[in-house]
This record gives sequence, structure tokens and C-alpha cells, in this order.
Amino acid sequence: MGPVLVLVEQHEGNGDTVQSRTYELLTIARRFGDPVAVARHPVDAACVAALGRYGATRVCVVESAVPGASPAVVAVAGLAELAWQMSAVAVLIGSGREGREVAARTSVRLGAGIVTDAVDVRPGPGGPVTVQDVCEGAYRVESVVRGDSPVITVAPGAVAAVPDPAVPVVERVRVRPAEPACAVRVVARTPKTRRPGVAGAAVVVAGGRGVGSADGFALIEKVADALGGAVGGTHAAADHGWCPPDALIGQTGAIVHPRLYLACGISGSVHHRAGMRHASTIVAIDKDPSAPIFRIADVAVVGDLHEVLPALLAELDRQRRQPCGVEETAAADTAVT
Amino acid sequence: MKVVVLVKHVPDEAADRPSGTEASGTKVFAPDLTIDRGALSCRLGALDENAVEQAMRIARRRLDVQIIAVTMGPAGAERSLARALALGADEGVHVRDDALHGSDARATASVLATVVARLGFDLVLCGAASSDSGMSVVPAMVAEHLGVPVACDADAVWVGEDEVLVRRDADGFVEEVAAPLPAVVSVTERADEPRYPSFRAIVEARHKVLRTWSLADLRIRPETVGANASATVVRSVTPHPGERPAVLIEGASDVAAARLARYLTEHQLI
Repeated sequence: MGPVLVLVEQHEGNGDTVQSRTYELLTIARRFGDPVAVARHPVDAACVAALGRYGATRVCVVESAVPGASPAVVAVAGLAELAWQMSAVAVLIGSGREGREVAARTSVRLGAGIVTDAVDVRPGPGGPVTVQDVCEGAYRVESVVRGDSPVITVAPGAVAAVPDPAVPVVERVRVRPAEPACAVRVVARTPKTRRPGVAGAAVVVAGGRGVGSADGFALIEKVADALGGAVGGTHAAADHGWCPPDALIGQTGAIVHPRLYLACGISGSVHHRAGMRHASTIVAIDKDPSAPIFRIADVAVVGDLHEVLPALLAELDRQRRQPCGVEETAAADTAVT
Repeated sequence: MKVVVLVKHVPDEAADRPSGTEASGTKVFAPDLTIDRGALSCRLGALDENAVEQAMRIARRRLDVQIIAVTMGPAGAERSLARALALGADEGVHVRDDALHGSDARATASVLATVVARLGFDLVLCGAASSDSGMSVVPAMVAEHLGVPVACDADAVWVGEDEVLVRRDADGFVEEVAAPLPAVVSVTERADEPRYPSFRAIVEARHKVLRTWSLADLRIRPETVGANASATVVRSVTPHPGERPAVLIEGASDVAAARLARYLTEHQLI
């Protein structure tokens, strides 16, 4: 049972609370050995207590000797250094763009194997056994990772976080990241305020005749804003002027390939289906259970959109109000004091 | 200015998409559990086409740009390289060796980095993910081997005299990052799509230089790559029932909404 490194992710500017996915990683790490939490930002007592609650035996805070180095670069230098020093059993990192980059660079530095987006990780006789979804979830691949300190990125929500209290030791690690990699700098960062156009949007919320009125379309727009998506419409909606003509999705309008397509009050004519059938996930809400849209939908919600959508908005709002990690750190804090 | 575009020969999704049934399952994977590229019709990866187009856009603004398309793969991969040449690349390099069969991301990245280092480069462009394996780690691994900065998942790319500027999406923000050249940039499907090549370009592509390098040419020892050197050993591949046919949600609207919200969260759609 050797040490297993876990990269800690913290909420930016939210009192540096730990993101809930880190607890999931710690839960997985406990299956192999002693979880060691590696943080890139200074941690306060509440953070340490929260990490301890999920079994971290050590918390290593990585500090960069080079000022202004990007967090990704600091993470790579810290993880590579610690994995080498401790001869770690595995390095666990959350999936995502930054996690992927950190994992890739760390694995090259360590000369170790890499597995991305694992949906499950278990200990095995020849090394960690990982489970991945390939070909867009059509197949499940189980593989054994050989060699020392494999780097594994884990999909969020792969396992449920289970507490197992431990009292962590806090250490500081000073690293000197390599120069050229430091040089990626953020020039501008603008929050996305304007609603994106349907073409190229990752999320599209579309309304059809079932929406009923221009006022009804305001509801569609609200849902689109809540999901950070674009607003689309069918021929019927565009003809009635409920949505702008450039939001028309279909054979003669835009052909979209979003990750999520939410069809509200759309029966799913051939014309419309031609424009949206390539969406990765199709969610359809309609009153008519025999609507053709349900034949190509991944999730079919049979119900009135004027009731389901407000309820969905309330549900999303509730989830957002309750950011994971905040109440857990608070609970851990009181437990310690 | 030398732009190296890394491209991949991937199974054509439109031609024979694995649908999750046993019949197609036997077709996709060879007995050694690698993707059987011989049995599938393959093409140049869609994101790699975008990468070639980005290189072309840089070339149109400058006079001194040379675009080299590089691929690593079996004999059929030449077709993808020919497509890249038709889309505007000036030269092609095909790394082909039987020992490369079954290489993982680690071996792929080290071979590609060796090729890029040998060619010399100011900018390396590639697709952000391939449609078959989709590990999306090779760009960053190549950058680490070369010791240069990497900007992944670019939606737009601009090249200045000595730096590359990239616009990308970062959780609710649009981020612009700058990296000094030489650098590695991977582009997403939101980057400009390639125009359809003219007949003339397709014909001319046949006369462009296409080099084939083996591992011996690159002085890479065959035992460091391929299935045996792979850090991961695939134990089993099981067809996973797809999401379609649909999950049916009925009943009271608030219960239905809660179930829908949970589905969206579980599938990381929000």
C-alpha cells in the first residue's frame, strides 16, 4: 500500500473551497493505498479538515519558485516531483481540459502510462484496472495499467464520495517549473454574456408549435440561459415570429451538432429532424407520447412543457445554490472544532 | 515559417458507425482488441481537417509558410495524407512500421515528437481529439517531449511574428491565451471548417512529396513502441447498451423535472 497522489481542485475565488470531485478521487485513492492530496493553492484549516474527512493522510502544498507560473505548470512540476520521490502507486487527476494537460505532461515526465476519462478504477494484481467508455459509450473497455506511477484522469461522478476521516499532515513542496512551459499567459478573459448562435453551440434549447406563444418562448430562453445554450426554433416557431429566423433549425435553416439538444413542444417533422438528428444527446419534452421526436430522443419526457420547464429551472437553480463542497467543509470544520 | 500538422486516419463515422450491436462489434475490434482499420472505411479525422485549414489560413497571410502533414499509421493512412495535401499541405510524412501496431498514447507521442523535432517546426497544429480513441492527450504529450508550450482546444488561432494567440472556451468564459513560438496548438470543431478542395488541388496533391519513414529511419528502437511496450493492456471490450432507445420519463412535472435534471448532471451535460 503505497501513496496515491490526488490533485486537489479548488473553487476559484470562493474562499478556496475544495471541489467535490476531489473527494471522489480521494475515495478511489483509498482503494489502492494512502491518499496524498496535492494542492496548488495555499490551503486553510477548513480545507485540510475537509480533505482529511475523505481520507487524505498527507496534504502537500506545491509552491512555485518562479512567480506567475500557471497553475497547470505548477501542478505538473509538483506531481512529477512527488510521484518520483514517494514512488507513488498512481496519480489521480480529475478530467477536463486542464486535468488532461496536467496528466499528459506528468506522464511524459514520469515515463508512465496514461489513462483518461476512467469511469471506474479498481486495484488489480498486475496494476490498477481502469474502465473506460469508448466509441461514444457504445463499448466499455477494461484495461490493466502497467509500470510505475500510472497517471489516470477520472470522469466526474464516476464514484460517490465516501468519507473516511483521517488527520492529515501538511507539508510544503517548492518546485521550479521549466521556463518555456510557463510562458503560456492569459491575455483576456471575458465572461460569456450574449447568448450564442445555434450553429456551433454546445447546448441548444429549441421550441416548436407546442410552445404556443411568443411569451412561451421567453421560457425557452430562460432555460437556454440556465444551461448556457443557444435558442433554436422550428419552422412553425419562426413563421409565427416567436423566434428570429436565424434561429430556425431544420433542412432549410441551421443544421446543428450540439452535445445536448433540448426539444420542447416539437413533434419532430422530417424537416426538423434533418437539422438536429446529429446531436449527441437529444432530450424531448412533448405532450403527445406518439410524437416522432421520441423515436430519436435519448430522453423522452411526456408532459406539458409549461409545467416541466419551470420545474426544471427550479431544480437547476436549487443545484446551483448548493455548490458541492461548501457545506461539507463547513461540516468538517465544526467536527474539528 | 514551418507549420507541422499532425493528422490521423480514423474510422469514418458516417460510413459504418458502431451501433452497439454484436454484429458491428466484431467488425470494429480485431482479435487483439485494437481497432481493425482494415475492416472499416477510414478517412482523415474531421478535426485534423480543421487543423490543416488553420495552417492554410496562416499561410495566406504570410509568404514564408511551409505546411507539412504528418501521420503515423498503417498502409491505408496514405489516403488521409493525400486528403491533407489536397486541402493545402505542401508535403506529407507517413510514419509506417509494423512494429508500431497497437501503440498507446505514450508511444504515439514520442514517435510524433521525434518526427516533428527532425522536421523542425515553428508551430505544430493538430485536432483536439480523434473520433476513435479520443484520449486527447497526445498534443500535450508531444509538447512536453519537445519542451514547448501547448494551447489545447483552440476555437480560433492567430499567429504573430513570435507568438501564437488562441481563443478558447473555459467554463463560462472566453479565454484568450498567448504562447511564444515554437508551440503546439490543438483545434476544436469550432475552428473554421475546411473548404471543399478544388479538382485541380486534388490532382496537384498527387505530385506533392510524400515521404515514408520507418522506425529505423527515425532511429527509434522497435521494442519501445507497439503493443508490447504499451502501458495499458486491454482485458476486455464489451458492447455497452447505448442510450437510445430512450429513457422514458412520465408522471408529475416536478418529479419528471428532477429526474431530467439528474440525467443531465450525470451525463455532464450541464
